[in-house]
Amino acid sequence: MAYSDKVVDHFNNPRNMGSFKKDEEGIGTGMVGAPECGDVMKLQIKVQNDTIVDAKFKTFGCGSAIASSSLATEWLKGKTIEEAQQIKNTDIVQELNLPPVKIHCSVLAEDAIKAALADYQKKSGDKTEAAQ
Amino acid sequence: MKLPIFLDNHSTTPMDPRVLDAMLPYFVEKFGNSASRNHAFGWAAEEAVEQARKQIAKLINADSKEIVFTSGATESDNLAVKGVLEMYKEKGTHIITSSTEHRAVLDTAKSLEAKGLATVTYLPVDKFGMVNPDDVRNAITDKTILISVMLANNEIGTINPVQEIGKIAKAKGILFHCDATQGVGKIPVDVQAMGIDLMSFTAHKMYGPKGVGALYVRKKNPRVRLVAQMDGGGHERGMRSGTLPVPLIVGFGKACELCEQNMAEESARLTAMRNRLQAAIMDRLEESYLNGHPTNRLPGNLNISFAYVEGESLLMGMKDIALSSGSACTSATLEPSYVLRALGVGVELAHSSIRFGLGRFNTDDEIDYTIKKVIEIVTKLRDMSPLYEMAKEGVDLKSVQWAAH
Repeated sequence: MAYSDKVVDHFNNPRNMGSFKKDEEGIGTGMVGAPECGDVMKLQIKVQNDTIVDAKFKTFGCGSAIASSSLATEWLKGKTIEEAQQIKNTDIVQELNLPPVKIHCSVLAEDAIKAALADYQKKSGDKTEAAQ
Repeated sequence: MKLPIFLDNHSTTPMDPRVLDAMLPYFVEKFGNSASRNHAFGWAAEEAVEQARKQIAKLINADSKEIVFTSGATESDNLAVKGVLEMYKEKGTHIITSSTEHRAVLDTAKSLEAKGLATVTYLPVDKFGMVNPDDVRNAITDKTILISVMLANNEIGTINPVQEIGKIAKAKGILFHCDATQGVGKIPVDVQAMGIDLMSFTAHKMYGPKGVGALYVRKKNPRVRLVAQMDGGGHERGMRSGTLPVPLIVGFGKACELCEQNMAEESARLTAMRNRLQAAIMDRLEESYLNGHPTNRLPGNLNISFAYVEGESLLMGMKDIALSSGSACTSATLEPSYVLRALGVGVELAHSSIRFGLGRFNTDDEIDYTIKKVIEIVTKLRDMSPLYEMAKEGVDLKSVQWAAH
């Protein structure tokens, strides 16, 4: 199966790969997937004044999973929490030209974004949000 | 050294140039149909086919009359299993096979089962991928008519105790079919000593052309009969109709002759090369696990799981080396290799496996390059892996509640 140029580029030159320090402020972490399914994504956001100022990822998975999460971190940076909620897996599919068998990678990336946002909101002490 | 490097010799092998040389006259110049009995064109073709039959039979210690040409090992497996069942169904319809067989055997068995034509026992294998002969003995019933166990596994290279299984089959008067696709030409195969009654193999796994294979069918002690699965001119002792592909058969014969002449030297060379590759990778990379039998395996086979990294991404990171993975990231089911699962390898390690298949034309330079690349990419992908990070922090990954998707 041939990968699109964009997938290959993200795979060879992953953007924002890594993790934030444990004691950093304003971090939200989302971890989705399972090792037995062959992919696990960890996506982190760093939020200041309701804006995502930085994002990082680590992914265990195929090239498309790595590319999807790398792309997600690129898109997240500079967005508000509200805007970040709007990122859809179909946007990722389109941008990376993912074939049908790889759509689950984009779904996983969207789940990771949602999980990271939820984690941030929970941690940021917003009691009403914490209820979720 | 030329890139890309071919290290996928279990999938197929490049043709030996000497094989091509032997084949060339049989396309344009000596194009006759070997079944044409009344003219020189036919005689020349028939002579070439009979010569090849002898070369092939010699490699496996058979009689040339016991070689039935097919299109490849998949057809041979189908013909053996279905043909025997159809011939002997009055005696019984129970078949014994193993869980790590090639799909050409497994799916044939499953399809017979689904049609209600046979009952099948799928034997488990041990952690190295070997069938236990005692399990074979215990599975036999008075309705068993066929035992089908492979010689060497295509993924992990483990070699089965075929000789012992052959003895058990003989003692019970049950036919023994062996899918020897990966073994013939690589390791010594002797259908007499191994007690094999039917054996599948193919040319393209041993530096011959694609599109031709053989089924060895024993002629005496016992004389094995089977029902042809294709109707036609009654070629190949009535077992497989169809005009013989003379050039391919000539190439098959030559390939067998070359394998026989060079087996000892080639096997020693590939074993040394494989061992060097294995040691260099496993010494440098922690948590890399060998799949298959540590010693009793095909000379050119090496199958390793690299914990915390996914197989398909490994392959993607080594684009200039042709390899194969037990990962199933592209399959609809997301199920990784059933062979590795049968050994009890965890699903996550099955996703992390890479098969190296060394062959006749690989060089030391290529192995050096591969060692360097594997270490580079595994290190890079572990850096990128959240699982590796967690493991380094002391998290027990098995204790984590994962959200399976």
